[in-house]
Amino acid sequence: MKAALQDAGFSALIALILALPLAGLVTTPNEAYQLTLVFHPWPVAAMTIGAFLIRLLWLKLPRFTLPKARGFGSWSLVLVALLPLLTGRRGLDIGLLVLTYLMLATGLNIVVGLAGLLDLGYVAFYAVGAYTTALLTTEAGFGFWTALPVAGLFAAFAGLMLGIPVLRLRGDYLAIVTLGFGEIVRVVLINWQSFTNGADGISGIPYPRLFGLDFSRAGSASVFRLFHLPFDRLARQMWFYILALVLTLLANVVVARLRRSPLGRAWEALREDEIAARALGLNPTRLKLAAFTTGAFFAGLAGAFFAARQGFVSPESFTFMESALVLAIVVMGGAGRQLGVIWAAIVMIGGFELVRGFAEYRMLIFGLALVAIAVARPGGLIATRLPSVRLGWVKSDP
Amino acid sequence: MLCFAWIFAKGRPLSYALQQLINGLTLGMVYGLIAVGYSLVYGIVGMINFAHGDVFMVGSFLALIAVLALGDFPVPLALAAALVFTMALCGLLGFAIERVAYRPLGRSHRLAPLISAIGVSIALQNGIELLQGARVKPIAPVIPGGVTLLTQGSFAATLSWAQAAIMVVTLIVLGLVSWLVRRTDLGRAMRAVEQDRMMASLLGIDTARTISLAFVLGAALAGVAGLMFLVYYGVIDFFIGFTAGIKAFTAAVLGGIGSIEGAVLGGLLIGLIETFWSAYGSAAYKDVAAFAVLILVLLIRPEGLLGKRAAEKV
Repeated sequence: MKAALQDAGFSALIALILALPLAGLVTTPNEAYQLTLVFHPWPVAAMTIGAFLIRLLWLKLPRFTLPKARGFGSWSLVLVALLPLLTGRRGLDIGLLVLTYLMLATGLNIVVGLAGLLDLGYVAFYAVGAYTTALLTTEAGFGFWTALPVAGLFAAFAGLMLGIPVLRLRGDYLAIVTLGFGEIVRVVLINWQSFTNGADGISGIPYPRLFGLDFSRAGSASVFRLFHLPFDRLARQMWFYILALVLTLLANVVVARLRRSPLGRAWEALREDEIAARALGLNPTRLKLAAFTTGAFFAGLAGAFFAARQGFVSPESFTFMESALVLAIVVMGGAGRQLGVIWAAIVMIGGFELVRGFAEYRMLIFGLALVAIAVARPGGLIATRLPSVRLGWVKSDP
Repeated sequence: MLCFAWIFAKGRPLSYALQQLINGLTLGMVYGLIAVGYSLVYGIVGMINFAHGDVFMVGSFLALIAVLALGDFPVPLALAAALVFTMALCGLLGFAIERVAYRPLGRSHRLAPLISAIGVSIALQNGIELLQGARVKPIAPVIPGGVTLLTQGSFAATLSWAQAAIMVVTLIVLGLVSWLVRRTDLGRAMRAVEQDRMMASLLGIDTARTISLAFVLGAALAGVAGLMFLVYYGVIDFFIGFTAGIKAFTAAVLGGIGSIEGAVLGGLLIGLIETFWSAYGSAAYKDVAAFAVLILVLLIRPEGLLGKRAAEKV
């Protein structure tokens, strides 16, 4: 206990030294708009005491362990998936958000989880999908359903074009090049005024239709007008939710099948040991390209859905934060585990939405939570990675 | 570099090109200082210290606070004190980050440290936003004045004293770091851990301490860069770490990651490319320029300009 107290005291001292200028001396403009320093004692005290207590708890509290992933059956997911339909507007909004990120995470899981390629610019393909849909529907007269596959293919093509030059690179270089690519796409979206309408974005993207009908308030194809019903926002949200559910489910089924295909096994072999995989006759570059392109395709689909749901796209939605969030979901889900990724999306996005009340502190909490989770469970929040295919004689893992 | 300037200089006075050269070198020094921190940590631990750009940002805030607090003292004295203060506190921050976010992860799956680093980056950005406010922080020029080097037509190329100070201080600091890594026991320990961590620990090197010191050193250099940035631009905000961080990492890769001279060279090149690109081409796409160069370099010479091609061991 004495050692723990000493350690915590040391942490508090470091926190105090750092907080004294950074939190204590706040740069505030005076009447003449010149910056002056104003002393704020309370944040310093809070940070010092906080550091002391957190360190003490960290040292003295037993490590928490979550129940095994098997405990959360796939069936409980069905319940969770249906829950938002019963909880009204707010539940649906959160559910939609979770599903959008889940679509993205499913695609990124192929790249990061299965093939083991670190992609920090995944948001670029999401943006390509969203802008393709936006431009096709507003400029070229496409409907959502025809734009959807085109958006996926365009994103996949973008993945291919980026992948061909960069996939020969080592893992960390790949990470930074993809990060750069994500930024390049955003900068181009902002600056290519004539094509993307710059920072103002593109609005007026039509809603997805169901058998030729949509859920708009008053359009010619409005369900409400046709059946002489009063307009109901909730019905529209439900339609979006079901649509997202179907798309996510499709993506998950495809990925689950892919994992067990020869291609999926080759990806996993590549992830575990590239040199050994190459020695066994696999072509790493081609495999990586396949993973990159497939992942990008799903990001494109998610982007198309995002554009159609919002009815509006702008470069603001495609920042590095989105890439980080999706990557965090994949890694916390235990990179490669599909069920884990689903739970991670629910926990992280749901949790993220629950602290919306503290809007200012939300990002800070998110950042600290990422650190805490990574430190407490480096193998993933929900599950650790298990092989997709097992040899028959291995009974079970210990 | 001169031929670089010459290609672009068509139709503009030479003094304009000279001015861009000075501006680019100054900016490049700042990138170089940050890049050395990336390079040190990457060389030793093999991880992208994603939060490094934000340590630079915190450094610029520490520098701002020091400059404001010491406003009544003579400028050289105040700046020297600010430099020491910023380096010390940034080093402490680097120490704390390594302890809290990286060391407990040990040598786990390589994605976990990256996630942790992204978490630190987000926390630092938003922590500073909450503590110091989201508005940009402008100050009056700390080092006013300069010297006109060349006047041609209507354009005069000037070297401001701030730029000169930045270059001189950066060169001194980098010289010290180079000496530290080449000549001292700590430097030898760092290089040993870089080559083979297991073997180094068997030979009695405290690897944990060496790694920690690499973080401290890198963070202190980021602090210097923060002060330089503040002196040069006179305006900072909580978001400057992201872009500067990416560009500095690009610089580190460009020069050959793990090599200190390479990081400085890469920083200077990125600074020059960016400045010339904005001066003669389109300022809107200046961020694209750095990345385009990075992709080209990685394709043609993946080990970087001064890097060694490492054989993959099986």
